[in-house]
Amino acid sequence: MAGTLHFEPDDRCNAFITVCEEAPYGDGRLAGVAVAVKDNISTRGIQTTCGSRILQGYVPPFDAHVVTLLRAEGAAIVGKTNMDEFGMGTTTETSGFGPTLNPADRERVPGGSSGGSAAAVAAGLVPMALGTDTGGSIRCPAAFCGIVGLKPTYGRVSRYGLVAYANSLEQIGPMTRSVEDASLLLEVISRYDPRDSTSFDRPYTHQPSTDVRGLKIGLPQEYFGEGVDPRVAEVVKDAIGRLEDLGAETVPCSIPSMAYALAAYYVICTSEASSNLARFDGVRYGPPVDARKNWHEAFREIRGANFGPEVRRRIMLGTFALSAGYYGRYYAKAQVARRNVEKDIERVLASVDIIAGPTMPTVAFRLGEKTDPLSMYLSDILTVPANLAGVPAISVPCGTVDGLPVGLQLIGRRFADEQVIDAAYAYEEAAA
Amino acid sequence: MVSETDIEHIARLADIGITPEELAEFTSQFNAILEYFDILDRVQGAETPTPELSNVFREDEVRPSLPQESVLKNAGSTEDGYIKAPRVM
Repeated sequence: MAGTLHFEPDDRCNAFITVCEEAPYGDGRLAGVAVAVKDNISTRGIQTTCGSRILQGYVPPFDAHVVTLLRAEGAAIVGKTNMDEFGMGTTTETSGFGPTLNPADRERVPGGSSGGSAAAVAAGLVPMALGTDTGGSIRCPAAFCGIVGLKPTYGRVSRYGLVAYANSLEQIGPMTRSVEDASLLLEVISRYDPRDSTSFDRPYTHQPSTDVRGLKIGLPQEYFGEGVDPRVAEVVKDAIGRLEDLGAETVPCSIPSMAYALAAYYVICTSEASSNLARFDGVRYGPPVDARKNWHEAFREIRGANFGPEVRRRIMLGTFALSAGYYGRYYAKAQVARRNVEKDIERVLASVDIIAGPTMPTVAFRLGEKTDPLSMYLSDILTVPANLAGVPAISVPCGTVDGLPVGLQLIGRRFADEQVIDAAYAYEEAAA
Repeated sequence: MVSETDIEHIARLADIGITPEELAEFTSQFNAILEYFDILDRVQGAETPTPELSNVFREDEVRPSLPQESVLKNAGSTEDGYIKAPRVM
């Protein structure tokens, strides 16, 4: 059964950084299935750049745990997908290898940071892909491109071999055209791994069910209020109405700590990034260093020339937030705010099963539309709470505004990925 | 408010090269972002540990590692089986 898959995609959206034209595969549940992998997940023998020029030419000598699991189920790894540099962006425009275009409208961004994976799936180049989600990086591009994207519960999928950006927030997850495929892909990659000390032994083995009778759905006012395009809110409300038709019950709720969620998220992710990205000095990988220069001179030069502006901005923001005199005001406060978001979500999910709302406040932006970093950060407001709280969240396509895809976001309790999948599956089947 | 001098200092701390043209842009973007972060001044409550989480430790024992050859393969400059780095002094 094992063999080689010939893969020559018509990649007019620039979804791939690296294409493997001859992809070996084996036996198993994904035998011969073409799977694309985001370029921040290590693949033995296949260049892994994180969308950054600083890692151009870097070929990992080992596989990430999720890649080992994919190969063990027979998947053909057909390429590495484009992404915002090191995952830092909401549009895939910060990639060092050019932007990815949205297959639904090639004048628009696919969302980010897993924009290449989303575009590859949406354009039909592959049936499934892996993405990573630090503050919405799976769900945002899934919503913008009109596919399914799941951020699993923190700890359910091993991060071993994922090049770290913000460890305490990020998870690897499936990006697919159907909820059933997302379920299957999660089943393959959610295996305990002692090499990731945040990994839980809670494998996912579940057959999606469309039975949502009696399911209680909370609708937070913050997900339908100021800053959310009313047309997007309408489409999402209609979709939730479908779930009510199937026997689900909705109740209004509130997550007041959302007011601080975005600031907390950006302080925490940039702080973790400033530490994680210190290793990219161009010595163990990257272009040859000038050994005559002194350490700091050489590093400054390499990092200045090979990191894009957004990566440098975030490293500097994190360095600042952690520096003496500012730590208490920014980092310590952000940790309190993070815990408040977690408690708010726990409180809401004690009385409802699922929290529902739009994935993104708008449809996909035009290429080049978001030039100001802060305005780009603000578009992550509806996705960051799930990362801060470590809970599972899925985006499932639920209609269009001006012909552009809109995503319905469903958020569940920790380790209730099954329930989130079921609610998405019920909606998808009813809408079909 | 941070000044261009502050931004230069932070860039030095982080070993990040920035160009003179970027300096003014980064400074104004930094100030807009920090102004937004001011909302954190109003956060109430104390940091509390998440229940049900505990540290995971392992024994510090020698385990198999990747062969030296494959680890050196990606380095731009090597010498006698070592990675060549810029000088420290």
